[in-house]
Amino acid sequence: MYDGGKIITGIIIGLVLLAFPIWYTHGTAPPRPEVKLPVKEKQCVQPKAYMKTNHMQLLDLWRDSTVRAAKRIYISDDGRKYDMSLQNTCMSADCHAKKTEFCDQCHNYTGVVPYCWDCHIEPKEPKEKSEEKH
Amino acid sequence: MGVNRRKFLKIAGISTLGVVAKPAADALAVEWLDKRLGGFTIPETLLHLFHRPTGFTPGEALTAKRWAMVVNVKNCPEGCKACREVCHKVHNVPDIENPRHEIKWIWHGEYKHVFPGQKHEHIEEALKKIPFVVLCNHCQNPACVRVCPTKATFKRKHDGIVLMDMHRCIGCRFCMAACPFGARSFNWIIPWPRERAGTMPRFRKDKEPPNPEFPTRVKGVVEKCNFCAERLAKGQIPACVETCREVTKKKGMKPALVFGDLEAPDSEVRQLLRSHYTLRRKPELGTNPNVYYIV
Amino acid sequence: MFEKAFLGRRKYWIWLAILGGIIGVGFIMWLWQFRVGLGITGMSRDVSWGFYIGQFTYLVGVAAAGVMVVLPYYLHHFKAFGRITILAEFMAVGAVSMCLLFILVDLGNPVRMLNMVLHPTPNSVLFWDMIVLNVYLFLNIFIGWTVLSAERKSAPPPRWIKPFIYISIPWAISIHTVTAYLYAGLPGRHFWLTAVMAPRFLSSAFCAGPALLILLCLIVRKTTRFDPGKEQIRTLGSIVTYALILNVFLFVCELFTVFYSQIPGHMDHFHYLFFGHEGHGNLISLMWLAFALMTGAIILLVIPACRRNEEILTVACVMTVIGTWIDKGFGLVVGGFVPNPMHEYTEYWPTVPEALISLAVWATGFLIISVLYKVATSVKEEVRA
Repeated sequence: MYDGGKIITGIIIGLVLLAFPIWYTHGTAPPRPEVKLPVKEKQCVQPKAYMKTNHMQLLDLWRDSTVRAAKRIYISDDGRKYDMSLQNTCMSADCHAKKTEFCDQCHNYTGVVPYCWDCHIEPKEPKEKSEEKH
Repeated sequence: MGVNRRKFLKIAGISTLGVVAKPAADALAVEWLDKRLGGFTIPETLLHLFHRPTGFTPGEALTAKRWAMVVNVKNCPEGCKACREVCHKVHNVPDIENPRHEIKWIWHGEYKHVFPGQKHEHIEEALKKIPFVVLCNHCQNPACVRVCPTKATFKRKHDGIVLMDMHRCIGCRFCMAACPFGARSFNWIIPWPRERAGTMPRFRKDKEPPNPEFPTRVKGVVEKCNFCAERLAKGQIPACVETCREVTKKKGMKPALVFGDLEAPDSEVRQLLRSHYTLRRKPELGTNPNVYYIV
Repeated sequence: MFEKAFLGRRKYWIWLAILGGIIGVGFIMWLWQFRVGLGITGMSRDVSWGFYIGQFTYLVGVAAAGVMVVLPYYLHHFKAFGRITILAEFMAVGAVSMCLLFILVDLGNPVRMLNMVLHPTPNSVLFWDMIVLNVYLFLNIFIGWTVLSAERKSAPPPRWIKPFIYISIPWAISIHTVTAYLYAGLPGRHFWLTAVMAPRFLSSAFCAGPALLILLCLIVRKTTRFDPGKEQIRTLGSIVTYALILNVFLFVCELFTVFYSQIPGHMDHFHYLFFGHEGHGNLISLMWLAFALMTGAIILLVIPACRRNEEILTVACVMTVIGTWIDKGFGLVVGGFVPNPMHEYTEYWPTVPEALISLAVWATGFLIISVLYKVATSVKEEVRA
């Protein structure tokens, strides 16, 4: 192999650079996200495990069903009925009323930025209550 | 002769069968497919393959075969803009000062602009001043739907409403070029500024926070009147019609906006259409608008 | 073969650096547009397509024009064009790339672009335009590269490339026809609602494209040791002449129908473009300039002695390129939107950021053309040596 030494050195340097996030943050892992679950409502539309892994597909289905097929009522696997709405059901006062304490926790931890709230309005969180107008 | 007649009948029978069978089979196939897909397209069905749609239309929803509106322009109280205000408020339509970037779902136009082909010098004096309520015509044969490359705008099969899926719109603005009524608006600037959505656009007049029950929009999507599909689902008539009814009732007038099922012979719209001479905007283009005007 | 692109003289690198600089400025402007929205352009609720889509339309024509070289060579065995088919094909590559980029910068939501593939919609002409443009881009890169590789080895092009070449000929026609159909099928836009739209597009393409190709050939002759050839340029000149005359003729046909029928909806757009309407008339001087340039070019081109004189031909080609550029890159799109369907007049003029972004797209296209031409001419020089 021509210039074998140079190539191998190059590969090694490249690998080290690629691994930057690993060795740079080693030992300084941020705290695990802490999700505050709703107090009043004990049960989500589907079991917790399913929601954890599949809430995005579920929301995607919800939005296509309501927007495109005019089907706005969702029946969960155990027969409960829900209005398919991120703003008015998921984030209603009794459920995930605080985006910062629920959605943002994991999303920030994993570094995903869903664009749901570019349009959909998250509920006002109490600290801004004094500013509310009529 | 007998043979000839038999032959003739045979041929006639087969050809009739052919003529009838083909569309019938098509219709059946389409209906069958529609049922299987539950209002979705094939790609959408594939996307949700493992999360089978289990939803249904709410029971209290108002339904119709073909929603339509009648605008009785002379019942429009002078200076009244209630329909526009309420529509833009419930749907979070931003109030943008620059007319170039304006978003309009429903607005008031002059006769000469609403019916440009019908204007002439000696038009009835009253018509010159009356504001004509203009909104999306929810055409039966919508050009905007035909041109959309992503099906972001589509016509609901069951009630004829032409809707926008603002999650899907890529912002090519082909629909704006296709719409012969100027009913579509593009979000040229960030309509509702968010913390991380970049800079706050100048030219904003909104003082009030958005209606929390309805989403806002992002920049770069096209939007338009949705015939209050979200209200119909809750059993309410469109906001503009409801408000118009209230306002005109207070003044002891008949409503200027009437909403109903065009396919139901005894609906309010059908009664009005039966008893009045009505106009539609640019009927010669064949888009078949579902908004009628009594002048 | 691509390594030839990296072995250039100083001037070549300076040229690429200039293009790179323009691209850089435009890219920054595009990032701004991406952040705050298309409101930074001159487009508005009424004129919802502008300079970007105009450039796109014009460049589809330039791209389609490659067929004017490929067709005589492969179908009529006009041997002389064998020398420059590669130049025509690589020009088409640059032009189609610009088209796609112009669509990209025009989108309100470019990140959702793939929705067009995810939700294919055959009833939308834009869907078909996406297909024909991308396939045409692929065809030209593929054919050009294969034929050039063969030439480098002093071998005839492989037999299997022939079907691709034959497909590319109707395909070139299709890209411009489909692009014309974007406009020609819209109810309520009377300016575009005309059956001669596609023929007009093709005729303007077949004059603008070869005219640009002549100019590129002359630049290639000046800057490299490869001479595209006198006969080639002369034949291209004849093609420009016929196509330009046809283009103006079709425009006159349009004028006749519009003004003899006296239908207001159809006349209003022409009135606005050429005479203005109640103080609105941003494009009047540009439109007259366009037709003056095209008419002037016809006069120069129809006189055989002038056409054969390469200097005069150059002038005529520049006039053709600018004239058709104004007509199609500006008048066609803006004219269709003013007045709007409600008969309101809203003016349009591109803003500085919009112009810089457009310039950057043009620079990108010329960068692609420059690099590909560098490869092509180096190979040609090498083969000859």
